[in-house]
Amino acid sequence: MIRTLPNSRTYTVCFKIYVTCFFIFLFAPLLITCILAFNDSQFPSLPWKGFTLDWFTANLPDRVGIFHDQINLDSIWVSVKVAVAVSLLSTIVGTCGAFLFEQENFRFKQALYFLMLAPLVIPGVILGISILLFSNTLGTFFEESLHMDVGILRPGLGLVILGQFSFITTLVTLVVSARLKKFDRTLEEAALNLGATRLQVIRYITLRFLKPAILASAAVAFLMSFENFNTTLFLVGSEPTLPINLYLQVRDGSTPVINAISFLLIVGTSVLALANLYFSKKEQ
Amino acid sequence: MKRQLRWTLFFFLAPVVLWLFLLIVLPHIDLLIMSFRIENDAGDMVWSLSNYLNFFDEPIYWLTFVRTAVYSITVTFLTLLIAFPLAFYITKVVGTRFQGFFMTLILMPFWVSELVRVYGWMILLRESGVINHLLIKLGILHQPVEMLYNDATMIMGLVYTSMLFMIVPLISVLESLDDGLIEAAYDLGGNMWNILFKIIVPHAIPGIVSGSIVVFMLTLGNYLTPNLMGGKNSLWFTEQIYNEFIASFNWNQGSAFGFLLLVLSSLVIWAGLKLSRQKLSSVVQ
Repeated sequence: MIRTLPNSRTYTVCFKIYVTCFFIFLFAPLLITCILAFNDSQFPSLPWKGFTLDWFTANLPDRVGIFHDQINLDSIWVSVKVAVAVSLLSTIVGTCGAFLFEQENFRFKQALYFLMLAPLVIPGVILGISILLFSNTLGTFFEESLHMDVGILRPGLGLVILGQFSFITTLVTLVVSARLKKFDRTLEEAALNLGATRLQVIRYITLRFLKPAILASAAVAFLMSFENFNTTLFLVGSEPTLPINLYLQVRDGSTPVINAISFLLIVGTSVLALANLYFSKKEQ
Repeated sequence: MKRQLRWTLFFFLAPVVLWLFLLIVLPHIDLLIMSFRIENDAGDMVWSLSNYLNFFDEPIYWLTFVRTAVYSITVTFLTLLIAFPLAFYITKVVGTRFQGFFMTLILMPFWVSELVRVYGWMILLRESGVINHLLIKLGILHQPVEMLYNDATMIMGLVYTSMLFMIVPLISVLESLDDGLIEAAYDLGGNMWNILFKIIVPHAIPGIVSGSIVVFMLTLGNYLTPNLMGGKNSLWFTEQIYNEFIASFNWNQGSAFGFLLLVLSSLVIWAGLKLSRQKLSSVVQ
């Protein structure tokens, strides 16, 4: 049954086969995507026609590698800009949220906490449309009553950032809160007794203690924003982010350039994930 | 001292309140209001129930809704069935040295964008895809078969996409199960099924519930996988919402659909929590 008990051979073998099948299921699509990024063929499919780096570096009439593909490069740049903004904003507000719910007391705290969890259980598509609606309502209001044209309220990067920020902040709040719970508050009291102001305490003691959690949640926020599709779909204007741009290409047929981008994404996120894991191990 | 504390309270409270009210509360109130308004013949906006009546009158709308709900429950159940033995293997069966390795291996694919994962399945399964190519090479098939664009493939894709959100809570709940309990039951003569259903599953209920809730919600709100892997006849309700918003530009009808989806997902989450006597705040952590 478990590792400390005698197990029949069939039991162990069955389990091993099951786990192997599972990992094949898990990795097959990713491996095949990576392999076909290097296939010397016009289509991302077998047969294997030899190794090539064309889909990364070529700049020929019938083959444009990712490093010369201006549309895809632009969308990557858009995604990076959005992700940096979202991760900055949500880390700041999320940390405020963690302080608020862990260290402060006020009326309606429970209700507000419940509200803070809500974005986790609202489907991303709904979040997208309701923010789209509300920004449109506000935009119309400003235009009709004040004759002001507020650019950020139209679909575009500003709204995409706000939309992603609206639910990623919840995750940051939860991650930072978890760390703040472990904080020994007598340290703060000691500092206060020694004459520090509350702001100094937060800056020199509490934030120092929270630094690993804040950095980790900033990294996760960056990744989540970079890959978000559902919420972004409704808020995006004329500049598509990378997932939207890839979606449009995949829907209308595909070239191995998409495999090349996927390969870079897989390698990039794996490195980031491993780094995150390494640092959290070190922390313990 | 007292006044200073108030000041920090305000400092932390202001951004959080701004965030929650401007981006969560008010937009959803707006969604609700919009769903009860229509444009009358004169071109003015008036209050009306007709967006909701449309939903019940047109079978295509509510059938899609019911289908999405039923399929989401199926996906949740399948994900649980596949994930449970795996979580058990990693926490209880495999040697402790390999645990960390397996965990990393499982988490890795889910850091990659959902789009890339779906794309991987598309180049594996489509008519000119890798699996067809291999099956023909091996002589099993003579003609390539289109394996994409049907309900079974779509369900598989959804299970694949949401697997992680089931495995992680299951692993953490099984880790807290004392091996001694299983050993004791075994020594007292309990067989495998007895131990599974009387000890392991009851202990794992909190993990099962929180995993199921997250998987259900993500599946219900998924757009990408049904859109790219499902066929012409496997419309997902989020696609219906998208069509109203972007294609027909009927935002009021779309709001009604969106609100119905929100109600459905909240109801199922609420029912799951009630049935297992848990709190939302304990489930998300």
